[in-house]
Amino acid sequence: MIGVELVKLARRPRSWVTIALLCGLPIVVAVFVAVTHVAPPPGQGPALLSAVLSNGSLFPAAALAVVLPIFLPVSVAVVAGDAVAGEASSGMLRYLLARPVGRTRLLVAKLIALVTFVLVAVLAVAGTSYIAGRLLFGDKPVAVGTSGITTNVIANSLSGTSLTPADILVRTAGAVTFITVSMLGVGAIALFLSTLTDSALAAALGALAALITSGVLVALNSAAAISPYLPTRYWLSWVDFFRQPILWRPIEQGYAIQGVYVVVFLAAAWANFATKDITS
Amino acid sequence: MIVTSGLTKRYGTLLVVDGVDLDVREGDRYGFLGPNGSGKTTVVRMLLGLVYASSGTIEVLGRPVPKQVSAVLPRIGALVEAPGAYGHLSGRANLATIDAAGSPWPGRRRDRRRRIGEALDRVGLGGIDDRPVRKYSLGMRQRLGLAAALLRSPRLLILDEPTNGLDPRGIHEVRTLLAELNSAGTTVFMSSHQLSEVEQLCTRVGVIDRGRLVLQDDLAVLRGPTGRVVVHTADADRAVAVLGSRIAERDGDRLIVADADPAGVNAQLTAAGLRITEIWPERRSLEELVLSVTTGSSDRFDGADRARRPPAASGPAPIALGGTALGDGTAESGDLAAAGARAADGDTAVEAAEVTAAGETAATGDAAAGSGEPAAGR
Repeated sequence: MIGVELVKLARRPRSWVTIALLCGLPIVVAVFVAVTHVAPPPGQGPALLSAVLSNGSLFPAAALAVVLPIFLPVSVAVVAGDAVAGEASSGMLRYLLARPVGRTRLLVAKLIALVTFVLVAVLAVAGTSYIAGRLLFGDKPVAVGTSGITTNVIANSLSGTSLTPADILVRTAGAVTFITVSMLGVGAIALFLSTLTDSALAAALGALAALITSGVLVALNSAAAISPYLPTRYWLSWVDFFRQPILWRPIEQGYAIQGVYVVVFLAAAWANFATKDITS
Repeated sequence: MIVTSGLTKRYGTLLVVDGVDLDVREGDRYGFLGPNGSGKTTVVRMLLGLVYASSGTIEVLGRPVPKQVSAVLPRIGALVEAPGAYGHLSGRANLATIDAAGSPWPGRRRDRRRRIGEALDRVGLGGIDDRPVRKYSLGMRQRLGLAAALLRSPRLLILDEPTNGLDPRGIHEVRTLLAELNSAGTTVFMSSHQLSEVEQLCTRVGVIDRGRLVLQDDLAVLRGPTGRVVVHTADADRAVAVLGSRIAERDGDRLIVADADPAGVNAQLTAAGLRITEIWPERRSLEELVLSVTTGSSDRFDGADRARRPPAASGPAPIALGGTALGDGTAESGDLAAAGARAADGDTAVEAAEVTAAGETAATGDAAAGSGEPAAGR
């Protein structure tokens, strides 16, 4: 069943269009920055973007920062929201279950397909933007400091330590992993909603509504008390991989909170789906 | 093959299926009839473990459902309401996907291509090209859905409205296919609101109305002679004189004689020199039976709440339909609702049945087995 789900995902034109769009946006950004040489000032605009003018190897991280706020969560929510609700609305859910495919097995297969999609999407963004970055920006050495590249590279701070290409690779891999796990949090919420409704659109929009709510509350000072428990609170903490030394605390907290969201919502999805009357 | 006892399903306070005791035996061609919204599909879904019963037990192929449903389903081919398919894949790719899904069984991968080819051949899609399913017509989708049900040579077919969307020729082909499969040993359980379809294919019927199984018996028993003879004669007045008190009803040239022996009546009338146009033993049609035990379409909403009719005894007593208004007359031919409307308009129930049977004969291009049809003409 897992193989079937992966093949279905791969044969679906939508998967590839989504990934192409995800890869396309950072390249558009890169072209503009490379042509005009006007990078956002440090501390403004997408994280790390100000640093890429001096070193294209950092562009994958900047590209992830470009797609992270909206594009990536939207595409993950669409794929995850479609997982069960899409089968229900196409009428295939009842036929799959009558094959029989166990309900738990179907959900696990959907989850694995989702993880694969997220990983492929994030890696594709990182890969294409690495190539684009190297071609457009070259690779001067990078210096990082405790406050991160965003503020230090352009200023070429003396306190900065140079990053070797291997260093950048490892740190980017860390960021990719962290972002993938963050997106799984979104995916778990959308997957749960997908078992509640027969409309893939409603499930995807529901998950996005949850994220937007979370984003608003994170930015709200008076909601500071609940802020550490919101799903988007630590989304940007992967930037801490690019500090020297790496700031582990927010990264760990980010992993923990996403882990809780993934476990809770997958359990809820399973509990609901395994006992539900399939009337679609 | 299928035994349920006290099968009940509630959605909140709404009782959808109420104490249904189905009994489908091996080799049956079982027609599960009921008006729209009577609970047919919910029962079918419960048999397949898609919907969980509120109370009651289900046994399919000798095993309890839904407890051991995963052991039962591989030997069942199912079509539940509309066929499902992935619109962007071709028919073959859809069948391959559905075959690859589900619990493994020996050799399924090895001979998949062959089984898909056979299933497509059986439903008349053998020469289909690679166009995506979203470009299929309704009838082609229905055939594809049937092919998916046949992929694993099931012992039991559970089909919900299998001829939906098919044209008359398609309906005839499906009927022939199901009869073939049945004679090769497959038990067929088919739900329908198309009376003619069930009457022409099935050996056994169950009728569900507002969630209750109101009738379940062999079709041959249900459609036994009523003990009366229908006579059409040009000399009706003289016939009334000859037969005297045995005349049960008269309608112009048409007489209904309370006598179980058509040959005797015939001999008596011809001996008196009467010209007989048609004569046949009266039988109850499935349509009369169904109309007598069902209360009407649940897709119809009238102002006043109609009283529930009592289930009819399955004896040979003729059933008076009266003027009960059922259905809205806009439904397709053979539909319970439409039949009800005709019955209400016609003079007698038998005539209404005749009209429907004749209409269906024309529509399907096929000999209708409706009992309203004259036997003398054969």
